[in-house]
Amino acid sequence: MSTAVAKRAWLIRALSVLVLLLVWEGAGRLAASPLAPPASAVLATLGREVASGALPHHVGITLARVAMSFVLAMGAGTALGLAMGWWRAVDLWLDSALLLLLNLPALVLIVLLYVWFGLTEAAAITAVALNKLPTTAVTVREGVRALDGDLLEMGRAYRLGRAATLRHIVLPQLQPYLFAATRSGLSLIWKIVLVVELLGRSDGVGFQIQVYFQLFDVAHILAYALAFILIIQVIEWAALQPLERWARRWRV
Amino acid sequence: MTRLIVDIREKRLAGRPVLGPIAFTVDTQEVVALVGPSGCGKSTLLRLAAGLDREVTGTVRWSGPAPRLGVVFQQPRLLPWRTVRQNLDIAGAGGEEGQRLLERLGLAAKADVWASHLSLGMARRLALARALAMDAQALLLDEPFASLDEANQRLARAVLLEHRLRRPTPTLLVTHDLAEAVALADRVLVLSPGPARLLVDQPVPDAARTDAAVAAETVAALRVWSGVSPV
Repeated sequence: MSTAVAKRAWLIRALSVLVLLLVWEGAGRLAASPLAPPASAVLATLGREVASGALPHHVGITLARVAMSFVLAMGAGTALGLAMGWWRAVDLWLDSALLLLLNLPALVLIVLLYVWFGLTEAAAITAVALNKLPTTAVTVREGVRALDGDLLEMGRAYRLGRAATLRHIVLPQLQPYLFAATRSGLSLIWKIVLVVELLGRSDGVGFQIQVYFQLFDVAHILAYALAFILIIQVIEWAALQPLERWARRWRV
Repeated sequence: MTRLIVDIREKRLAGRPVLGPIAFTVDTQEVVALVGPSGCGKSTLLRLAAGLDREVTGTVRWSGPAPRLGVVFQQPRLLPWRTVRQNLDIAGAGGEEGQRLLERLGLAAKADVWASHLSLGMARRLALARALAMDAQALLLDEPFASLDEANQRLARAVLLEHRLRRPTPTLLVTHDLAEAVALADRVLVLSPGPARLLVDQPVPDAARTDAAVAAETVAALRVWSGVSPV
């Protein structure tokens, strides 16, 4: 892509955000109700919450929960997907359980874990991780099934061993699948973390949403949601995209 | 030192016979060329020798412990997400010998290039370097010079001959070029069209390497066999 075209693309993106904000602002002013605040009111609330330290505190706690559940779900999900894709017996044994977990509503899983293990941090994080785990496993399993048999054979002929095969032959081919799982994971996990917090924690963004829900304070609800959307987008731009470019650097 | 012992009664793939009765051995320092029409089962035989396929009626085995194999596949089978040098290192073919072969095969300037950026001819030369540089105890080469231009074909053949002198190992060379077989091998086995049977097992006279007339004569004698259809 030429730089002129790239610049134009950026300009259009920026303009689209501006248009969105203007429409929001106009609609909010027209409605003239505290239940549908305009963009300016929400941004002002956001500013106040940041200044008071309340928003950084709760967002930080939620982010920590997102990070922990994410690492757990990606780690266990990838290992499970690898095993299920690699060994047919493992796949046959665990497939039904995976299907069950895949179709179990997030809310049911959360409620069950809270009932069984109490309103604890461990229960909350496990509930979120278990919600994300099956989709990661399924995605990675697809990746393993699509592995290039010729290269695996080369590895066997040259006696690469398990660790080297995984590192040099398997993981590079799984990269697109792992990135897909990461993307969908990030957006899914933070939404579930909010539900977990709303139902059984006394801090975090989800807890704050519940508080302001009871107060019918829509400006605060939108301010917290907006803050989190921005943070997830920054993670995408600052971490995920550079990482993906790095992983694809060998491609012609 | 190891030898390859082949005594196949039959090999089927997806229910269809691809190899008929074939028996031969490749001695400790011998280079044996397998010649036959394409699709006759030469590569299947090589996969059996590499231990990548074990389902066969009969035996395909190495004497003594399983040797370290240098294998050139019909496709280069490089790791596109690793550099040229890393491709050698990962296969245990790095080090001085790897560097020497990169230089010898005209790939030294490409050592730090992604393998995905190589042309097919370069990729094939790298696959050959990988098999030769790893200090293999036996070599299995599946048309290692295919799709190389003439100059590079000459170069790669010379490199293989040098390697024979430096480190003699039992070598199975698959080719469909009789002249190539005579130029490189101690013995030439001609296979029939699939399901392949062994038509002839003929030693190449030493004189064929120095005397072009003898080489041509040997090729001509083998050509008679390679035209035979199985009955």
